[in-house]
Amino acid sequence: MSIASDAKQALQGAVQGVMAKAVALAPDSWIPGGEPDPLIRERYGHIGKPLSRIDGPLKVAGRATFAAEFPLEDMVYASLVFSTIAKGRIAAMDTSHAETAPGVVAVMDHRNAPRLAPPPVFMSAPKAANGDNLPIMQESEVNWNGEPVAVVLAETQEQADHAASLVRVTFEAAPALTSLDEAREQGTKPALFMGQPLHDERGDAEAALAAAEVKVDALYTTPRHNHNAIELHGVTVAWQGDVLRIHDASQLVAHTAWSIGQMFDMPEDKVIVTSPFVGGGFGGKCLWQHQVLAALAAKLCSRPVRLVLSREGVYRVVGGRSPTEQRVALGADREGHLKALVHTGVTVKTASNAMPEPFILPTRSAYASETLKLDVQVVELDMLANTFMRAPGESVGTFALESAMDELAEALNIDPVELRIRNEPEKDPSSGLPFSSRHIVEAWRTGAARFGWDRRDPRPGLRREGEWLVGMGCATGTYPYYRMGGGAARITLMQDGQAVVDIAAHEMGMGTATAQTQVAAERLGLPIEAVRFNYGDSTLPGVVLAGGSQQTAAIGASVGAAHRELVKQLLKLAGNDSPLAGLKPDDVISRDQGLCKADETARHESYASILSRAQQPSVSVEAEGPPPLETMHWSMHSHAAMFCEVRVNTVTGEPRVSRFLGSFDCGRILNPKTATSQFRGGIIMGLGLALMEEAQFDERKGRVMNPSLSEYHVPVHMDVPEIDVIWTDIPDPHAPMGARGIGEIGITGTAAAVANAVYNATGKRVRDLPLTLDKLL
Amino acid sequence: MTIVVNGAALDAPHDARVSLLDFLRETCGLSGTKKGCDQGACGACTVLADGERILSCLSLAVQYEGRSITTIEGLGQPGRLHPLQQAFVEHDGFQCGYCTPGQICSAVGMAAEIARGVPSHVTVDLGGEDILLSHEELRERMSGNLCRCGAYNGIVEAIAETYGAETLAEAAE
Repeated sequence: MSIASDAKQALQGAVQGVMAKAVALAPDSWIPGGEPDPLIRERYGHIGKPLSRIDGPLKVAGRATFAAEFPLEDMVYASLVFSTIAKGRIAAMDTSHAETAPGVVAVMDHRNAPRLAPPPVFMSAPKAANGDNLPIMQESEVNWNGEPVAVVLAETQEQADHAASLVRVTFEAAPALTSLDEAREQGTKPALFMGQPLHDERGDAEAALAAAEVKVDALYTTPRHNHNAIELHGVTVAWQGDVLRIHDASQLVAHTAWSIGQMFDMPEDKVIVTSPFVGGGFGGKCLWQHQVLAALAAKLCSRPVRLVLSREGVYRVVGGRSPTEQRVALGADREGHLKALVHTGVTVKTASNAMPEPFILPTRSAYASETLKLDVQVVELDMLANTFMRAPGESVGTFALESAMDELAEALNIDPVELRIRNEPEKDPSSGLPFSSRHIVEAWRTGAARFGWDRRDPRPGLRREGEWLVGMGCATGTYPYYRMGGGAARITLMQDGQAVVDIAAHEMGMGTATAQTQVAAERLGLPIEAVRFNYGDSTLPGVVLAGGSQQTAAIGASVGAAHRELVKQLLKLAGNDSPLAGLKPDDVISRDQGLCKADETARHESYASILSRAQQPSVSVEAEGPPPLETMHWSMHSHAAMFCEVRVNTVTGEPRVSRFLGSFDCGRILNPKTATSQFRGGIIMGLGLALMEEAQFDERKGRVMNPSLSEYHVPVHMDVPEIDVIWTDIPDPHAPMGARGIGEIGITGTAAAVANAVYNATGKRVRDLPLTLDKLL
Repeated sequence: MTIVVNGAALDAPHDARVSLLDFLRETCGLSGTKKGCDQGACGACTVLADGERILSCLSLAVQYEGRSITTIEGLGQPGRLHPLQQAFVEHDGFQCGYCTPGQICSAVGMAAEIARGVPSHVTVDLGGEDILLSHEELRERMSGNLCRCGAYNGIVEAIAETYGAETLAEAAE
């Protein structure tokens, strides 16, 4: 970030701060969610049914078409050449051998690439999507080790890959900053996240810590991580007249269309981005260089281009999660009431992005401590821009915070579950806002009973089964409710009783298409079969990021707004000859394939009847969701009580997770089948975070050394026991449908639960992830 | 020479570098077989060659001249799904669906291996007659198929339900 854009971010942050105070003080009824979504009352309809995925048959039969699987006529295949230095310039490039290799159509590098405006980096504008703001193949400068420096285009992938190996590049290296320690010595700077400083203070936490009767104070470290969705980042692009057509694997189609439009100086509606299926996202399927390079290459050779990153290419081109070094210090009285909570530390970003890993976020609303000090500092390295990965901040922040809580519980000789409950706050300890809905204590109590927590011996290292030591641990997981502005949806209702919902949202496996079909059917009073939910297309209404676990809320608020508009239109069409005559939109709900008076359901007319009398084949409405002010009026968070049992081998040090329970409080669950998978999936990624995941970064060269699935380990079948999940299912009265997002919370708290269980099993406190066997020998 | 894919005889590629995976996806238009790493680490490209599970990314297409390949499209289609495909839907044995074809082909091949009495790392009695399809046995044998969404529990349930003792006997035939 330049100084100017830092200032801009800070100013935007200050404006938000002023507005937040006004919103906090406004009456509930002025705020979206002030009146509970009427769907919360409906308890026996489609919502809450364990419907199997509606796209399931396509997926299990291999008929779901992913981005790199759309065949286009006369298409060429691309292969990339990457830089091997972290900083410097390309002194010479010889592409002559590649150009004359069989099948080669063109070789693109900075000398012949079409000209392009700089990329709008994520969070610099509402629809900005790029991972960084660096020019894309426009100049000889090299900005990171692994930056694409040439694109070879050929008739087949084999020909392109071979020719790419024939490109000879001479680099002139410049001094690069690639070591965290070295960068720290040169000084850190305060982190800004979404315009706001990652810094909170209440009282004198250090003094309170020094004076506390019981205290713990330790450093926790987490390494780099990569999303590693199994689908490689791939794109198939074509210029069709003045339209750029992009088949992408995307969690932000509308942002991508706008951002690519900015770069190519085109209106966003001339860039069509579609993404009907995404083979896993987790924050990684956003806009990086490969989509832009494919579009540039297609322009250069005037043919459609397919560009699929190799697995190594994903590590070179798509950013991951940054490492963190976190200090957590807790001071308490003998009864376990927190007097001081300090959570500070350092993380790593680049000068070209705006994403410090915000690891203090979970601590802001966690516990009722008398004093508080939270702070994130950053250093900027010469490396590929880091980015959002599942629960940025909370995933690694809860490891530090919840490990420390376990250490404090032991120091106090208080049960770790009890310690957390004793420090349950009455209102948000940082913002002072009331909680919209917080039932973590219930989640703890039911979880503890189900897991058999009372069988845990608090003294470590005592439970032995053969050559295995067995232990139990727990931790709190937490993730906020977000809803971003810009959501909009269209509902089209046909005379035959079919409805279509259109919104530029995304399905990356979360179950969006299924759950939102259920919600739309419920809202419209239609059978599931009568509703089609269209998504994954930038030409549809709405700007809906599939991130921050906000999609469910964003879609819910948008479709809710469109439904209110639909009711208005239908009442107009119904006129005076209808049983609905004279009713106001607020008095009317959808039920039984028509509208009725909310408190007098016999006053009903079917959609078919209204439309046929009005001689309309269909009615179509579009509306935007209200601005997301509810998050400034209430403190809105989901919580989880995570319980883990591990077995650690006394001979090999090998840790195995043998049991796991997640007890969640996430508002209402829309589809228990897909929700269970979301919770389990998050927990399993948390097991990876705990036990094995690490992108190893060569601090001398600034290069990831294990860019493959054989060397970057993710959990496999054998690493994963049956994972038990339960939930409170208490609707959040201020969230659409009463539901808070559930895509990320599973990864939070999990690593601490594992580490705490390992401590209970072995007496070894590991504060440095991943928790590999060498640390337990 | 030809390669038989899902019962249809197709000309093998002229370019000997073409992997079986790229042949299926790019030449045959059978994109149900997925590419997740192209280096044998993820299992997304698993297909059946004469009934045995193989990684098609580590196989050259020309190696399979005269052999019979079954891909996910050959196992079943919407409307007439293979019982295992149906069980994956019912048990939510996937989220994004990208590793799914490989998981399913791998499980079909694995069931045949167990039925033939091929032991694994966790098989207790290597000389025993029958191998029980315990969850541990199943998880060990499926560990070459990664699922980043973490649908492992559902996958195990789907396979266990489909390949109970009776169906295993059928898989052996």
